[in-house]
Amino acid sequence: MAEEAVIPSTASESLEQQDEEFSVASQWRLMWWRFRRHKLALIAGVILALFYATFPLSEFIGIGDPALNFTKLSFLRPQPIRFFDDSGFNPHVNAVESYRDKVTFKPGFRTVEDERVPVGFFVKTWEYSFLGFIKTDRHLIGISDPADLAKRPSLYILGSDSLGRDQFSRLMLSTRISLSIGLVGVAISLIIGIVLGGISGFYGELVDTIIQRIIEIIGGVPTLPLWMGLSAAVPQDWAVMQVYFAITVILSIFGWTGMARVVRGKFFQLREEDFVMSARIAGASEGRIMFIHMLPSFYSHIIASISLSIPGMIIGETALSFLGLGLRAPAVSFGIMLQEAQNPSTVALYPWLMFVAVPVIIIVLAFNFLGDGLRDAADPYG
Amino acid sequence: MAEATVETTNTTESGTLLEVNNLVKHFPIQKGFLKRTVGSVRAVDDVSFSVTQGKTLGLVGESGCGKTTTSRCILRAIDPTSGQILFRKEDGETVDVATMPYQPLRDLRRDMQMIFQDPYGSLNPRMSLFDIVGEPLLVHGMKSSSERADRVAELLRLVGLRPEYMRRFPHAFSGGERQRIGIARALALNPRLVVADEPVSALDVSVQAQVINLLQEIQESLNLTYLFVAHDLSVVRHIADEVAVMYVGKIVELGDTEKIFANPKHPYTSALLSSVPIPDPSVRQDRIILQGEVANPANPPSGCYFHPRCEYATDQCKTEEPQLELIDEGRWVSCHHAKDLDLTGLSAK
Repeated sequence: MAEEAVIPSTASESLEQQDEEFSVASQWRLMWWRFRRHKLALIAGVILALFYATFPLSEFIGIGDPALNFTKLSFLRPQPIRFFDDSGFNPHVNAVESYRDKVTFKPGFRTVEDERVPVGFFVKTWEYSFLGFIKTDRHLIGISDPADLAKRPSLYILGSDSLGRDQFSRLMLSTRISLSIGLVGVAISLIIGIVLGGISGFYGELVDTIIQRIIEIIGGVPTLPLWMGLSAAVPQDWAVMQVYFAITVILSIFGWTGMARVVRGKFFQLREEDFVMSARIAGASEGRIMFIHMLPSFYSHIIASISLSIPGMIIGETALSFLGLGLRAPAVSFGIMLQEAQNPSTVALYPWLMFVAVPVIIIVLAFNFLGDGLRDAADPYG
Repeated sequence: MAEATVETTNTTESGTLLEVNNLVKHFPIQKGFLKRTVGSVRAVDDVSFSVTQGKTLGLVGESGCGKTTTSRCILRAIDPTSGQILFRKEDGETVDVATMPYQPLRDLRRDMQMIFQDPYGSLNPRMSLFDIVGEPLLVHGMKSSSERADRVAELLRLVGLRPEYMRRFPHAFSGGERQRIGIARALALNPRLVVADEPVSALDVSVQAQVINLLQEIQESLNLTYLFVAHDLSVVRHIADEVAVMYVGKIVELGDTEKIFANPKHPYTSALLSSVPIPDPSVRQDRIILQGEVANPANPPSGCYFHPRCEYATDQCKTEEPQLELIDEGRWVSCHHAKDLDLTGLSAK
């Protein structure tokens, strides 16, 4: 039996208490004991939790107004915040001034060492709606003196783009849009996948044959050209939210097939299990067998396969937007920000615009590690 | 056997709880994209027997001979192709389980329950003992959780487990204990017929004896009727009052346990019996080693299914299919030469 392996080994507990704890441990407890031994997955889970925790707080954490164009400070390189000076704790940034190189005529910025812009916490700067309906202008960090705001609307800790918009604030909003597209897209494919896969696996025979052939046909179509075709068909005059939902639906058109296969396979496997037959003989209804006996036996697997398919969705959205076929400005997403970074001059002169690739890589890797850990823990009885 | 029909109730002799008439279960073999049926596996091929109230019928045979399929048809866990399964209800009315619609069948499940072979697969690992043993009660209308808890505690005590274990999950128990949980679950609704599908073959020998004894004690105290499916003949000899021997979907011999063990009439039975080890080194055993393979139920041989492996086979056996005939009191054999052959003592010389 593999179960012994997951007995917690806390030395302070007596063996008997430990045995009793193990005996009454439900499926989720056993899964958790197994999952927490997977350190990398645990760390990945914490990182993702932090990313998702920024969802309602994007604007609060964001320093400058992400939609504000301030061309006087376009292509400003990332500006570090200095927390200490000679007199102790005194957060500030150094002021910058623009100049033009006399030889190359290239515009640039230089730091004015002795002119300091004070930085404060919980300051009032630009206005936004917290959670979409509470109007406020409080921010975690920002320029504390309103007089300075006119000269410099943000701290630019990740620099600014060609229109002088604060890259950090834009990145915060992108995280929200891109990560939620992953969630919504997976939710849609999950619903289609469970329903069709469930029908396929529960009834079998002809229904199963038809659904499986449809899945094979969809699987045979190359993904990117179809995505491109479908997104090109999204009307130009649609609002940002409409385009957003259209893109998630386009992404889930392919996403559901994998889920449907997982669900169908599990149904086939479970239909033959003795405990399902035992429930039938006990007189349990079909609904009870399906929802009390079969579904709980595989939703841990579904969670694992969800966490492995979310990064595919995020990458899909990023790829579409990068090609100019996904979301469109004024929306911001990882793909849109990367699109703005896709030229040689960026690589040569403004490399900080490519920073957006870093959270994409971290998120995708974290989802993969988390998914691996969940998959290993998904069947504590195996 | 008796040609009982459903319409006329009480045609079965008194004391008979279950009567199976000409039960057939064929599994279609499907091929190709359109799933055309190209043949069938005759898993259960015209099987008839009856079980007396309070007694135990042992159903024995090799793996794949259709014992499990027969037992599952009787409980309608799978639907039989044809045949009758007559069950006498508590009020004396006889019903045909084989053709029963869903709702009355569900009510009848109170009267017939099953003990599974695999104590690991038959208990849902995600449910606590309370939910596992209490499920039949819940789905048959005992909604009150405290009532169920009382009944589950009573059942756990009955099978020799401590009621305090109710909140535990199956992974905390050994194979033998799990089988006791399975028995408790089967008994929850006070059934009259219990179909035990190889209930001890997955257990250690030392635990087998405990479970067998438990089953016997429960049978006595609750006046249960068992259909005991097994391939272990020594277990069957211990527990069964009557034995039915199956070979490739058919019953080849049926009769009183002691008489069959002492004096087998069918060559297959005698070969099976000779395979039972005798725990006495002074007894010289001449095993009957059967030649060839078990017949393929998708493509059975002509005549008597056993003839390719039978050392007594004659031309008649190759062409003519023998019928199950009454050759002695309560003794049914399906062999053309049942009356001529003397197989007594062949298994232990």
